[in-house]
Amino acid sequence: MISRIGDKLQGLAFILVGLVAWEVLCRVANIPVWLLPSPTRIWQETMVLAPVLPRHLLATLIGIVGGFALAVLVALPLAIAIVYSPIMRRIIYPPLLMLQSVPKVALAPLLLIWVGYGMSSNIVIAATTAFFPIIITTASGLQSVDNDLLDLTRSFGSKALKVFWKVRFPWAMPYFFSSLKVAVTFAVIGAVVAEFIGSDRGLGYLILTSSGTMNTAAMFGVLVILSIVGMACFYAVVFAERVLCPWYTPAELA
Amino acid sequence: MRQTVSQIGTHRSRGEYIQPVQDMWSSIVKLNAVTKDYATRSSGAVTALKDISIDIKDGEFVSIVGPSGCGKSTVLKIVGGIIPPTRGKVLFKERPLIKPTSEMGMVFQKAVLLPWRSVLENVLFPIEMLGLRVADYEEKARSLLKLVGLGGFENVYPQELSGGMQQRASICRALVYDPAMLLMDEPFGALDALTREELAIELLRIWDERKKTVVFVTHSITEAVFLSDRVIVMTPRPGRIVLDLPIDLPRPRTVDMEFSQQFKLYSEQVREGIYSSKKETAQ
Repeated sequence: MISRIGDKLQGLAFILVGLVAWEVLCRVANIPVWLLPSPTRIWQETMVLAPVLPRHLLATLIGIVGGFALAVLVALPLAIAIVYSPIMRRIIYPPLLMLQSVPKVALAPLLLIWVGYGMSSNIVIAATTAFFPIIITTASGLQSVDNDLLDLTRSFGSKALKVFWKVRFPWAMPYFFSSLKVAVTFAVIGAVVAEFIGSDRGLGYLILTSSGTMNTAAMFGVLVILSIVGMACFYAVVFAERVLCPWYTPAELA
Repeated sequence: MRQTVSQIGTHRSRGEYIQPVQDMWSSIVKLNAVTKDYATRSSGAVTALKDISIDIKDGEFVSIVGPSGCGKSTVLKIVGGIIPPTRGKVLFKERPLIKPTSEMGMVFQKAVLLPWRSVLENVLFPIEMLGLRVADYEEKARSLLKLVGLGGFENVYPQELSGGMQQRASICRALVYDPAMLLMDEPFGALDALTREELAIELLRIWDERKKTVVFVTHSITEAVFLSDRVIVMTPRPGRIVLDLPIDLPRPRTVDMEFSQQFKLYSEQVREGIYSSKKETAQ
């Protein structure tokens, strides 16, 4: 425990040293502020944005969480359908692969036309980005149940629904959660892309407008906030996994 | 075959427990000319079992020995009612066996315990699946765990146990609903030699105490002879029975019996059964 705290302090110290070096470099080499602003400059510009930040942060969070939730709601039943029905597998897989091979950025303008400008299109775009890993990984998790275990449930004459709830679903939980970890980072990407393309709110929108005014320092500030948001989302999933799958301890989280 | 069966009845003795005479004679499972074909993608139908007839007596310890792919596990699954035979009849207590019954407890080579359940909850898993009241069986589960030396491990996750301990827990899981038969598919195959011996002795103790019929699939000749009242030798392609050998060694069995002349003789007979059939298939 003590050594783990020590490790974290080491990491923190490294970041601090890096920041100081960055600051010194900017000042000594006199790098123009539109090219590479110093950490103190970034802080100042971010403070200027502070009054409007909560509104944009909230918009992005709604995009991420909404898109993520929508992706789970769609992908989970589809994964179950794929596992239980060969017909569904044949029906679902080809369009799924087609959808996945199209870059979501290219799909976004179309979705914008269909769903309309605003929050709902952000959610849908984030969801299309996030749902693929969930469906694929969860389906393979549901399918990976040990054959002997299935024979065992057969020897009890158990009903399929009971086998699903008591065996298959908990068996697939670790798979489901590792897919969620990938999906939530994808949802962040999707939400920001959606804001780039058609939105008047969100951190993505802030980055875009800051870029328009060559305010590099503000862009950096928003990027830092965005990465904190991404990490928070990731660790929220990790936390949920720890609570819901206490028996399963992944090697160590990245 | 019929003669073989009657020999067992007269010769076997089983600790202090005296079974009623009619029990000794009544058959619990009967396979009658069972054939199993599998459809394969590449070469059409493959006959996994051909004309298998086995009559297992109530309380008997029967081992099925044979090389990989001889259909031993398939026999076990048919006895368990998990898969139906293509042709032939399966009788359980004189009645046709058409679906699984809670009279069978299964143990596999892997313990296949559920990693999200504690050891105790794993032992109680069949109770839930069978739709029985879990509370009624908790005491039983605890005493079974004590019986196999897992007292005190009720609340740990199975993955925290050694392979041998996991297999003990899976035996408890098979016993908790008090089935008449234990179907064991190479249950000690994944364990080291010492644990294997230890568990074999323990299995005999449980068998003696709980009066179960055991069908035990293995590819260890020594293990089969050591444990059984009867050793059935099977050969592959198609799977059939080439030898049905009663083992007339005194009970309770002890490890030093393995060095007796009689034991060696039995082992040789079993080995010959496997070997001769191999020559036959080669021809």
